[in-house]
Amino acid sequence: MIEVRNLKKSFGGHAVLDGVNFKINKGEAVVIIGASGGGKSVLLKHLIALLQPDAGEVLIEGQDIACLNERELLKVRRKFGMLFQSAALFDSMTVEENVGFMLRREGNHTDKEISECVAEVLDMVELDGTQHKKPAELSGGMRKRVGLARAVIYKPEILLYDEPTTGLDPIVSDAIDQLIAKVVQQLKVTSIAVTHDMRSAKRISHRILMLHEGKIYADKPTEEIFKSQDPIIYRFVNGIADVKHITL
Amino acid sequence: MTTIARDFIRQWLVGLGRGTMLVWETACSIFRHKPAWRDVIYQMYFIGVKSQSVVLITGAFTGMVLCAQTYFQFHKVKMDTATLAVVAVAMGSELGPVLTSLMVAGRVGAAVTAELGTMKVTEQIDALRTLAAHPIDYLVVPRFSAMFLVMPLLTAESVCIGISSAYIIGVFLLGVDPTYMWYNMLRYAGWTDMLTGIIKAFVFGAIIIIVACDKGLNCPQGAEGVGQATTESVVYASISILISNFFLTMLLNRILTGS
Repeated sequence: MIEVRNLKKSFGGHAVLDGVNFKINKGEAVVIIGASGGGKSVLLKHLIALLQPDAGEVLIEGQDIACLNERELLKVRRKFGMLFQSAALFDSMTVEENVGFMLRREGNHTDKEISECVAEVLDMVELDGTQHKKPAELSGGMRKRVGLARAVIYKPEILLYDEPTTGLDPIVSDAIDQLIAKVVQQLKVTSIAVTHDMRSAKRISHRILMLHEGKIYADKPTEEIFKSQDPIIYRFVNGIADVKHITL
Repeated sequence: MTTIARDFIRQWLVGLGRGTMLVWETACSIFRHKPAWRDVIYQMYFIGVKSQSVVLITGAFTGMVLCAQTYFQFHKVKMDTATLAVVAVAMGSELGPVLTSLMVAGRVGAAVTAELGTMKVTEQIDALRTLAAHPIDYLVVPRFSAMFLVMPLLTAESVCIGISSAYIIGVFLLGVDPTYMWYNMLRYAGWTDMLTGIIKAFVFGAIIIIVACDKGLNCPQGAEGVGQATTESVVYASISILISNFFLTMLLNRILTGS
């Protein structure tokens, strides 16, 4: 369903992605792990064409989206839902307007139908009753849940999560993870998350891709990654710093 | 020095190219897609209604000071009753559109750039794109349409207030004969002066909103980036208005009066 071929991207002469290759099948739940600043979010943004690659292809159901213009991409993006690291809620709108944004834009639903759909997804993320609040009145965890509701309301085929649990306490992180797992199970979507939270990665994925030095270093089922004795994977999974990189 | 000049020219050309593309995409969007009238009306309220105090004060005091200065000079040669004619021509074709546009660039242009810039740095524009909404359709077109409709009205309002204020100052403070002053204004200030001002208002409105949206949509990261983009938006729009005003004056004078 999703295939990335020899994807390259540089910023200011620094190669962030240096020939990335992988495939993700329909219905899979995949997590991309890697060091901070290693290009995980850049890779995720290429999957929905928010960034254009320097070289390589991003195929969505066989169609290379890297060569489409912004208007052609609108149709492709209808298949995607995305939860941003900062939730990226529209701060001039209420929760209801944020969550119902896509349905209102499509113009195929009455206001009553949109309100009912919004209430339904807000109930799913356990935030029913917050419809009239502004994003500024919500906590970080609540904003992420609203972001998730906004991403799933139009039933996309692929869901992308950019650091879904970063900056949240362990209890809220667990709640978000359970929600993501529930969404994958209930909506049968393909799920791709970027994180460096290994606890979260274990809970929400079937397969893990590890991005290291601009390339996919490992592509294995989740259990194998956690059992791996490869020094780079082992250190990352268990959070052990390389002594050579520690300076006082 | 050479490097600085080269960078400046390169940046200027890049900005000009980006602005041209934005105008083209906005025009295509307006003609190909149904505009969101609710958003257009809200933007008309934001641009038009909320600029009332700025426009009224600018128009009134410009008309008053122009009337006083013209009277002081004309009084020396016993041409007091031509004062309002000069005010009407100057307000209608030059000061009305230019000063109104500069004030709107400061109030609306800065606000639009800051809003879009903040949306850019907080990933709200990326979120729009993931929700299959084109930023040009959703953010630029309603603002452009509203500005295009409202700017000539604000200019006309400013000109009317300026002439009215000048009349009041001329008659009640400076003691000019009201009948002759009004007669001379009708005689020397023609429809071409007013039409020149209105055409300029359309062009200046388009400049303000295109510069503001371009700076906002291409805002550098961080709070500093938003501040820099906002400043640049006001400065570039103001300079563009002043420069284009000269060329528009020459062109419109040739077209409308044939001289």
